[in-house]
Amino acid sequence: MRELKLMKGNEAIAEAAIRCGVDGYFGYPITPQSEVMETLMDQAPWKTTGMVVLQAESEIASINMVYGGAGCGKRVMTSSSSPGISLMQEGITYLAGSELPCVVVNVVRGGPGLGTIQPAQSDYFQSVKGGGHGDYKLITLAPASVQEMADFVELAFDLAFKYRNPALILSDGVIGQMMEKVELGEYKPRWTNEYIEENYPWATMGKKNRERNIITSVQLEPSVQEAFNHKLQKKYRECEENEVRYEEYMCEDAEYLFVAYGSSARICQKSVEIARSKGIKVGLLRPITLWPFPTKQIAHYADKVKGMLSVEMSAGQMVEDVRLSVCGKVPVEHYGRFGGAIHSPGEVVEALENKLLKV
Amino acid sequence: MSEINSIISPENIVYQKTPLLTDATMHYCPGCSHGTVHKLLAEVLEDLGLQETAIGVAPVGCSVLLYNYIDIDWQEAAHGRAPAVATGIKRLLPDKVVFSYQGDGDLAAIGTAETIHACNRGENIVIIFINNGIYGMTGGQMAPTTLPGMKAATCPQGRDVSHDGMPIKISDLLAQLPGTCYVTRQAVHTPANVRKTKKALRKAFENQMANKGTSLIEVVATCNSGWKMSPVQSNQWMEENMFPMYPLGDLKDE
Amino acid sequence: MAKAKGAIVVDTKACKGCGVCVTACPTKVIELAAEVNGKGYHYAYMANPDSCIGCANCGIVCPDTCITVYRAKADATA
Repeated sequence: MRELKLMKGNEAIAEAAIRCGVDGYFGYPITPQSEVMETLMDQAPWKTTGMVVLQAESEIASINMVYGGAGCGKRVMTSSSSPGISLMQEGITYLAGSELPCVVVNVVRGGPGLGTIQPAQSDYFQSVKGGGHGDYKLITLAPASVQEMADFVELAFDLAFKYRNPALILSDGVIGQMMEKVELGEYKPRWTNEYIEENYPWATMGKKNRERNIITSVQLEPSVQEAFNHKLQKKYRECEENEVRYEEYMCEDAEYLFVAYGSSARICQKSVEIARSKGIKVGLLRPITLWPFPTKQIAHYADKVKGMLSVEMSAGQMVEDVRLSVCGKVPVEHYGRFGGAIHSPGEVVEALENKLLKV
Repeated sequence: MSEINSIISPENIVYQKTPLLTDATMHYCPGCSHGTVHKLLAEVLEDLGLQETAIGVAPVGCSVLLYNYIDIDWQEAAHGRAPAVATGIKRLLPDKVVFSYQGDGDLAAIGTAETIHACNRGENIVIIFINNGIYGMTGGQMAPTTLPGMKAATCPQGRDVSHDGMPIKISDLLAQLPGTCYVTRQAVHTPANVRKTKKALRKAFENQMANKGTSLIEVVATCNSGWKMSPVQSNQWMEENMFPMYPLGDLKDE
Repeated sequence: MAKAKGAIVVDTKACKGCGVCVTACPTKVIELAAEVNGKGYHYAYMANPDSCIGCANCGIVCPDTCITVYRAKADATA
């Protein structure tokens, strides 16, 4: 039975994980996402669904525990915030290089360094451009509500297993900490070992009636490594073709476009209303997948609008991808407060006026 | 000669390669202890009937390609992370038999935290630790276990303890933790030592099957290329120099 | 009691000539060949076959598991 609850975004992640049959969570406390593990420990799902929850000694250990579980075909996840996600980059590139599905949640805070515990969106580059070493991509989902925090857990696992690749839920301190009404899904049973062996024959579950399975990212022979990288790239192109997700708000007659994700997109919804009340026809395009990025849809608007404003709580990261999509057809500017500060809807409208309307 | 030919017949075999070892030629240098320990590991897994339930975690270091040599399921871990990877596997598949195989740099330098905490939680796994006092794969650099005065590529004048500290006796540290049930230090340079190490490995896997906690088998080993000696000289040098710092025997057996 | 009779077969292609078996042999059966194998190693061989007692020490210490050891049954050699 679906259930309606008032809860924090971080709590919703944990609730959704238990309900959609996740097998394991490994994590390490860090603000502003500690409620994820706290909620899991409080719910004690090992007594009900059999889900494993373990507090590791570090984010490095967490992500490598995830690697071990993922290698067994289990649905395992971790969560952290920016500095902790930096520590996990080694594990994430090994997961991608070994083609292991898993879910990582980043409830972003301001950086660089230890930074601030306040919300930010300054981990965009780290999320969609690499983060760790080597040519790999993370399927990156950006929730803009507590409901999406819950819904994206299962979606992220589905995509991760479909493409045998880690998936990232890129949230921020606003979505993680705020409370909203959320409709929680029904409890689904965890996959059985037999189901995993049948559907994910690469999983290491003990060599029985088959050749041995080896989970690895080592290919010492350059030709083999190159061929493997081609295979990865082919997979990424398929993902780009099939998995782009975005939402449009009042774009039909728009002369200007806000491009914003996550909490910035929520702020921009209000900015659209303020701008329209002033007679400025502006719409909002909200990328839901940051990778694969809605390049084609943004390019489509490049032929329709007079300019775009990429609104992010960073010094300007996603704006580069918006510009690449637009190919110079219209001006693309960036606006955003950062370092833990959050822009107001009014500030966004003012930026639109100053950067695009008054030129 | 005809007498020999009559002896060489299948019914007279007293020692042969276990079928759990693959036909791949090991990439190790002549006389490398890794090969001997791999063989013992394969033999013990075969003796205990664990081929279908064992999942091994290979390290980064010379034994990075260990998964090519033993015919079971494997995961390759990042440098030092094998105990965390093994933790993930064992927690998700508690009915499987899980072990990590790690060198001194992997276990006692870059992976110290993962090692100590896996042992402290008493993860029900086996950790096989090869201590040859040097980084073999990267070309013979100083390891956390390099002996005082011992020469290596990054301490060409010999390890200066005033500069680099003393070698870490990590097994002694791990034996202090309540999560470990069995910590032993063995070697594989003589037939008698090989037999003892095999017994220790067997006990470690039996501990896991009995849910007793973490078992750690340290094997004091040679790296004749890194040490720049012949395999036979290395064995002698190990007895004279390594064993006084790393004495063989059980450190804990509960 | 008669001395046990043994023999070994070395996979000379796989042998790396480390010589660990030579030292492990209690009856000095094994030596390294003057010739080399395809990899350039002086492989181990049974230089004194009559002395082999089939104790398997050589096989046990061989890092490359390239020695198979045979021992004649007691009644066959009595």
